[in-house]
Amino acid sequence: MVGTGKRREPADLQASPGFLGAVKDAGFLALLTFGLSFPLVAFNAYQHLTAGLILEPRWGLVAWACGIAFFARLAWNLFGGYISRGGSAAIGAMSSLGSRTGLSVNHIRWIGLIWLLSYPFLAVALAGPGGALKWIDNFGIQILIYVMLGWGLNIVVGLAGLLDLGYVAFYAVGAYSTALLSTTFGFSFWLCLPLAGIFAAFWGILLGFPVLRLRGDYLAIVTLAFGEIIRLVLINWVDVTGGAAGISGIPRPTFFGIPFNASDEGFAATFGLTFTPLHRLFFLFYLILAMALLTNWITVRLRKLPIGRAWEALREDEIACRSLGIDTVLTKLTAFSIGAMFGGFAGAFFAARLGFISPKSFEFMESAVILSIVVLGGMGSQIGVAIAAIAMIGGTEILRELGFLKALFGPAFDPAQYRMLVFGLAMVGMMVWRPRGLISKREPSIFLREKKAISGALVKEGHG
Amino acid sequence: MTLPYDPSWENAGDAPMLCVRGVRTYYGSIMALRGVDLDVYAGEIVTMIGANGAGKSTLMMTICGDPAARTGSIHFEGRDITRMPTHDIARLKIAQSPEGRRIFPRMTVLENLQMGAGLADPRHFDDDLNYVTSLFPRLRERLHQRGGTLSGGEQQMLAIARALMSRPKLLLLDEPSLGLAPLIVKQIFEVIAEINQRDGVTIFLVEQNAYHALRLAHRAYVMVNGVITMSGAGAELLRSPEVREAYLEGGRH
Ligand SMILES: Nc1ncnc2c1ncn2[C@@H]1O[C@H](COP(=O)(O)OP(=O)(O)OP(=O)(O)O)[C@@H](O)[C@H]1O
Ligand SMILES: [Mg+2]
Repeated sequence: MVGTGKRREPADLQASPGFLGAVKDAGFLALLTFGLSFPLVAFNAYQHLTAGLILEPRWGLVAWACGIAFFARLAWNLFGGYISRGGSAAIGAMSSLGSRTGLSVNHIRWIGLIWLLSYPFLAVALAGPGGALKWIDNFGIQILIYVMLGWGLNIVVGLAGLLDLGYVAFYAVGAYSTALLSTTFGFSFWLCLPLAGIFAAFWGILLGFPVLRLRGDYLAIVTLAFGEIIRLVLINWVDVTGGAAGISGIPRPTFFGIPFNASDEGFAATFGLTFTPLHRLFFLFYLILAMALLTNWITVRLRKLPIGRAWEALREDEIACRSLGIDTVLTKLTAFSIGAMFGGFAGAFFAARLGFISPKSFEFMESAVILSIVVLGGMGSQIGVAIAAIAMIGGTEILRELGFLKALFGPAFDPAQYRMLVFGLAMVGMMVWRPRGLISKREPSIFLREKKAISGALVKEGHG
Repeated sequence: MTLPYDPSWENAGDAPMLCVRGVRTYYGSIMALRGVDLDVYAGEIVTMIGANGAGKSTLMMTICGDPAARTGSIHFEGRDITRMPTHDIARLKIAQSPEGRRIFPRMTVLENLQMGAGLADPRHFDDDLNYVTSLFPRLRERLHQRGGTLSGGEQQMLAIARALMSRPKLLLLDEPSLGLAPLIVKQIFEVIAEINQRDGVTIFLVEQNAYHALRLAHRAYVMVNGVITMSGAGAELLRSPEVREAYLEGGRH
C-alpha cells in the first residue's frame, strides 16, 4: 500500500530525520489506516431476521488497526534497517549453515532424522499422553502429509519445470480410490496404497497427454481446470462418490493385519500393552514419515539417473533437450505420472487416517498451498520444501493455538481465520528477501571424483 | 568464379552422408524453405552462409526433424530421416549445437557435458570428457561452475563440447561465432578444423562470419530467401564477386 515493505534508502531517511520524522510518518500512516478502515471495518453489516440489515459500529477494531499501523510503522522507521538486514542475514545464514558453522549438510540431515524419529516420544514426554495427541496428529502427521505432497509436486514443478496448479486432483484420486476400493471391495489399506498410486499415476499420464505441448501459463491454466474438473466430478457423481457428503467408514490402516482398537485382537492386547489411542497415532506418524522419506529417497535417486537429469534439463531448455536426443514427451509424462503417484500415495494415507473424505478436502486452495510450499522452499530443493511445509502448515496450526488473543479482540475472534493473511504476508516477505525461495542453491548431481571446494561466488544463484 | 547452382554437382565417388532434396518447410502457412537441395559428404566441412532470415537455422532444425519438412526428403547414411522424431535422429549420431547456444544455465559445466553424453556409451564418459576439455581447456577449469555464469565465448565452447560428447558422426553448428571477440572466433574455428581433420567428424556449419567460415570450408552454399542460390568450393565462393559484395562488404574482416 504505502510501500511499507520497501527498504528505505539513505536519501529517504534523510528526508525525515530523527525521531520526530519517524513519528510524523507513522502518524500519517495511522491516519491513512483510519481512512481505509472507516468504510471497511468500522461497521459490521449483518442481516437481522426481522429488522433487515443492521449496522453495528466497531470503533474498537478501528482503533486497534490504527494503533497497530502507527506503532508498527514507527518501529519500522526506527529499526527497520536493522530488521530487514537482520532478517535476510538470518535466512541466508540458515541456508548456508553448513559452510559457516562447520556443520555439514550431512550432519543437519542426521540431526533432522533423529529428531523426527524421536518426535512422538518427545511429544508424549513433554505434553503428557493427552496433550501429545494434538502435537502428533495436528502438527506431526499433518505437516508430514504436506511435506510428502510438496516433494511429490517438486518433481513436476521444481525439477521438470512444469507449472501444475491442479496437483490436488491426484491427491483426490488417491484418496477416493482408497475409499472406494476399501468400502466396496473390502481391500485392506496395504492393498489400496499401491493401487492408489497406480491410479493417480494413470491420471497423471492422462492429464499429461493433452498438455504436452503447453508450457508456463497455458499449462498452469489447463492443470487448474483439471483439478476443478476432478472436484466437480466428485461432487456430482453422487452414485459412486457420495457427492458433497463424501465417503465415510473407510477402514483404518492396520499394523500388518492387527487393528488398533481395544478388542482382544487389537494391537494393545496382542503386544500386552494397555490400550490408548496414541498407538494408532504413533503408527500413522511413522507410516507417513516412512512414506515421505521414501518419496525423498526416490527423488534424490532419480535426479542422478538419466531420467531425473532429463527433467532438470527440460526445465532449463526444451529445444536443447530435443537436440541432445532426449524424448521430451516421455520425459514430461514420467514427471507427471511419478509426481502424481506420490500425490496418490499421500491421498491413500489421508483417506485411511481420517476414515472419511469429501470433496471439501480437495479444493483449489490445497493445490495453491502445496505449490506455495514448493515455491517458498526454493524450486527443486528437497530440504527447502520440508522447511517450507513445516513453516506454513505448522504456522497455520499454531494460529489455532493463539486462543489468548480472544481476550484482546473479543470472543468472536478466531485466529485461524487469518491463515490466508499470514500466508500472503509470508509470500510477500519471501519475495523481498529470498526471491528464489528459502534454499535456492542447487546441488549438482555429478562431481568429478571428489567434491572440489569451489567458492560460493561461482556457484551461487543470482537474483531475479 | 561462381558456379550456378547445379544439384548434380557432387564429389564424384560414394553417396553423400547427408542428402537433402527439395525440402520445403513451413511455419504455419509461411514457407521458410522453398525447396532446398544440399549434400554433405563424410569427412567434409560444409558451410552455409546467408542473410538474416534466409532460413539457415530453419534448415538446421529441419535436418533434426523439428519442424519437419513438409515436402522433399532428407537422408542420412542412406536412411530416410525426413519424418523421424528429433530424439531418434539424434540417436543416429547427428549432434547439433543450436543457434544461441542453449546450454542449461542452472546446471554445472560438467552436468551440461553429461547431458550431451546421454546417447553415448557411459564407459566412454571419462575419455570423452578429457577429449573435449583438451579441445577447450577453459572448460576444464570451470567444470563445477554453473553454465549460466560462463561468459558468452565459454558458453559457445560448452555448446560445442556438449554436442561432441555424444561422439557424433555429423556435427551441426549454428553460428558458433555469434557475438564473440575476434580472438575467440579464431580459436573456435581452429578447434572446428581440428575436430574435422584429426578426429574425422563431418561438420555442417551455418555462419554469418562469411570470411572465416568460407576459408575453413571444403564446400559452401549460399542461401537466399529459403533457396540455395550458389554453391562451390569454399575458396571459390570466397573469391566470387557476388559473395564478396553481399557477405564480405567487398573485403575481408
Ligand atoms: N518459429 C517460427 N515461426 C514463424 N516463423 C519463423 C519461425 N522461425 C523462423 N521463422 C521465419 O523463418 C525465416 C527463416 O528464419 P531462420 O531462423 O531460419 O533464419 P536464419 O537464416 O537462421 O537467420 P539468422 O542469420 O538471422 O539466424 C524468417 O523469416 C523467420 O522470421
Ligand atoms: Mg539463424
